[in-house]
Amino acid sequence: MKNLKIIYILWLRQLKRYVRSKSRMIGSLGQPILFLVALGFGFGPIYAKAGGGNYMQFLAPGVMCMSILFTSIFSGIEIIWDRQFGYLKETLVAPVSRIYIMIGRTLGGATVAMIQGLVVFTLTFFVGFRPISLTMLPVAFLAMFLIALFFTALGTAIGSRLDDMQGFQIIINFLVMPLFFLSGALFPIDGLPKALEIVTRLDPLSYGVDALRGTLSGAAHFGVGFDLTIISILVLIVMFIGAKMFSKIEV
Amino acid sequence: MPNIIEVKKLVKNFNEIEAVKNISFNVKKGEAFAFLGPNGAGKTTTIRMLTTLLVPTSGEVILDGSNVLENPNEVRNSFGIIFQDPSLDTELTAYENMEIHAVMYGLQKILYKRRIEELMKLVDLWDRKNDLVKNFSGGMKRRLEIARGLLHHPKVLFLDEPTLGLDPQTRNNMWTHIKALREKEGLSVFFTTHYMEEAERNADRIAVIDHGKIVAEGSPDDLKKKTNTKSLEDAFLALTGKQIRDEGAENGASRMARRWKH
Repeated sequence: MKNLKIIYILWLRQLKRYVRSKSRMIGSLGQPILFLVALGFGFGPIYAKAGGGNYMQFLAPGVMCMSILFTSIFSGIEIIWDRQFGYLKETLVAPVSRIYIMIGRTLGGATVAMIQGLVVFTLTFFVGFRPISLTMLPVAFLAMFLIALFFTALGTAIGSRLDDMQGFQIIINFLVMPLFFLSGALFPIDGLPKALEIVTRLDPLSYGVDALRGTLSGAAHFGVGFDLTIISILVLIVMFIGAKMFSKIEV
Repeated sequence: MPNIIEVKKLVKNFNEIEAVKNISFNVKKGEAFAFLGPNGAGKTTTIRMLTTLLVPTSGEVILDGSNVLENPNEVRNSFGIIFQDPSLDTELTAYENMEIHAVMYGLQKILYKRRIEELMKLVDLWDRKNDLVKNFSGGMKRRLEIARGLLHHPKVLFLDEPTLGLDPQTRNNMWTHIKALREKEGLSVFFTTHYMEEAERNADRIAVIDHGKIVAEGSPDDLKKKTNTKSLEDAFLALTGKQIRDEGAENGASRMARRWKH
């Protein structure tokens, strides 16, 4: 009971911090809108000519994933801020198993990323995206949450090992960007050069993108069931690693 | 009087740098113990080991009967700490900072609501309870941290240079309150400071640490007698020399060590 309360209050903390930083909320919408408008409308005609069909239907789930990816990695890495501003120490001397602290903040970060994903989902309506069936929406939302959970825990694991902001750029350029661009969020995986296809299959986000595309646009490459299984397994693994890393933090 | 803190042969090395070299001391229940030393002497490293934040290279720490390494959570329940540098969530309100602390220490809502009000009134922040901490001045933040550190009624309170940057009024107010708690609840206090008159006024016993070793221990009067000096400041200088130390050497060393570890 005590542990549940701790998880809850740390979850709430993440949410409050998010709701209070209006600039962060608004700023993080710029990129998805740009992608939807520039790529969606820009490549739409070529995509249709090549026989791919409606590119917006294809792209929108990818952009939702992008938004979730960025928000959740940032939420996880927020530990560095906590370290910098000293709050981390306060949580680490509390008489609580650190795993609950990690779970609380990871769930909070994942919820924030999920909200962000839902906001982008709403935005896609304005550029002409329509989900194929309402009954699949709950599955889509589950997929969103799993993606958010995975990347928040990943961010937490990484953030636990970083001392300062120096490593931040490296993570954006060598982890977050490749994860996004190689996930099949922007292009179909069918008929890719072999090497690229292998890389795409190794990218965890590919399965998130595929699950969302399957549930929202009705065109999954691997199959939604397979995608969700893979992501769930990955969530368990990374939560475990993240909890380990977090419990080893010294300040 | 039983001991609330027992430190035996405590050592901490950051790679080749020996930050704490085999120190032993005890703090009795109810005592106010000052840990003095120049910058980089090993004070903060010692406090971090005593409060479960840092794993010692070797040695043993017993806090309120529990081993710091074996039962960290029991130990964490029995102490409160005011850190040297800020440790508040500035994006939250003062009340929210207090509330999270209360929940993490397992206090029930009815109890913590009352205690938070009491403590925040005591440090004169109750009318600012719904303000974001980022809008607070340095002194206000310090007061809030002090209130927070006392919220779960710890048996030992660690204060790492708690009055740095506080005006005499706030300093006085803080010590008056701590004194009251010592009398009422038998609170033990372990603190570091660079203000010798603060140590003299508030400590029952003092240990002086320099270059990671304890060079003297005793009551303020003992130390003055031993060094044949008139004030604690002179006693301190007689014990540790007049050479100026590298500011923050201890932090620099540990930070570097951590970076190498990764």
